[in-house]
Amino acid sequence: MTSESITSSAYIKHHLQNLTFGKLPDGGWALAQTPEEAKEMGFWAINLDTLGFSFLLGVLFLYFFSKVAKSATANVPSGGQNFVEWIIDFIDNSVRGSFSARNAIVAPLALTIFIWIFLMNLMDLLPIDWLPTVAHSLGLPFLKVVPTTDPNATFGMSIAVFFLVIYYSIKIKGVGGFAGELALQPFSSNNPVIKAGFIPINLFLEGVNLIAKPLSLSLRLFGNMYAGEMIFILLALMGGAWAVASVGNSVLFGTQVLLSLGWAIFHILIVTLQAFIFMTLTIVYMDMAHQEHH
Amino acid sequence: MNINATLLGQTIMFILFVWFCMKFVWPPIMQALSERKKQIADGLAAGERGKHELELASKRATENLREAKQRASEIIAQAEKRASQVIEEAKGTAKDESNRILVGAKAEVEQEVFRAKEALRQQVADLAIAGATKILQREVDAQTHADLLLSIRAEL
Repeated sequence: MTSESITSSAYIKHHLQNLTFGKLPDGGWALAQTPEEAKEMGFWAINLDTLGFSFLLGVLFLYFFSKVAKSATANVPSGGQNFVEWIIDFIDNSVRGSFSARNAIVAPLALTIFIWIFLMNLMDLLPIDWLPTVAHSLGLPFLKVVPTTDPNATFGMSIAVFFLVIYYSIKIKGVGGFAGELALQPFSSNNPVIKAGFIPINLFLEGVNLIAKPLSLSLRLFGNMYAGEMIFILLALMGGAWAVASVGNSVLFGTQVLLSLGWAIFHILIVTLQAFIFMTLTIVYMDMAHQEHH
Repeated sequence: MNINATLLGQTIMFILFVWFCMKFVWPPIMQALSERKKQIADGLAAGERGKHELELASKRATENLREAKQRASEIIAQAEKRASQVIEEAKGTAKDESNRILVGAKAEVEQEVFRAKEALRQQVADLAIAGATKILQREVDAQTHADLLLSIRAEL
């Protein structure tokens, strides 16, 4: 807790607000100083922290990997190359295991998703007040460090995956094949009239099925990371509140440290698992896009 | 928590990252991996081949050894045969030589005998003549009876 004047709900709200840049109602472009202001900016605003951190992490990942890739040799690998090869081997095995068709984009897609999301999730393990405090001293009103706790980020990625799925569905099966897949199953009949009657039901079911893919992808990641972040916030709040109330404060402050440590250790599992699930589901969706149903 | 243009930014960034990864990260590393795989496979194959060659070589070596032993024993047998042959030949030539020497010696002996006989006959004849001369000193003139004396000597 930085100061006693901040209430619990303000502290939580402060931590859950992105650094938004957009058009103010009076016409000027500026950073939103309050959550309400950010809301009023509407769609054409940008969360600078989400984009900034995800960009930095993505560049970090690609810089490291491309540096290794540039000097990759078939001889005895260096430490960095060994590490990168270990990850690439793991991704390659996952892709081979779930993706039966041939498509050069799937493995790099899976690699990017896994490492990028992993790094973004990993930001959750930084003590939650460090970077926002630094940002506050620099005059920024808000800073949300973990990009995957912003639904914009997770939806952004899942929408890209969704478009890839649709693109390859149409490319492999043709427009007719893809439409047929949506309209003519799961219910089908040999009688043309009944078949036509089934079309709306099938469209509805398969449409829900299709839309559920990007939704579940992004909401699963967002929900997990948001909840994890929230628990860190609550733990920090608890420690802070007890410290302010000065009820055996050092002991209770220690409790916060211990609980945060425990949650952080458990969170390492969630961080990795969520990145892995996003990657695996993407591979599976891409595989489904490449498979013809009969 | 608001859905805004960050969504689009994130999507574009994601696509760019995937494109970069597909272009500059994945292929070189996969190539290095497959190259190393090939190298290892080649190495293993070479090792296998080397082992096989060693086996063949050792087999060939024992074969050579066996052949050499056989040839050696053959050569020894031949040499022994040759030696006995030489001995036989030597024996033959020695026998021939000894025969020849023997024949020569015999001939010489006969000649010697003949010469001795001749000399003896001469002496006997001379003795006989001397005797006869002594006996017939008076009656026989050496000059007149020379023919007679010569014929007697020839008969003896």
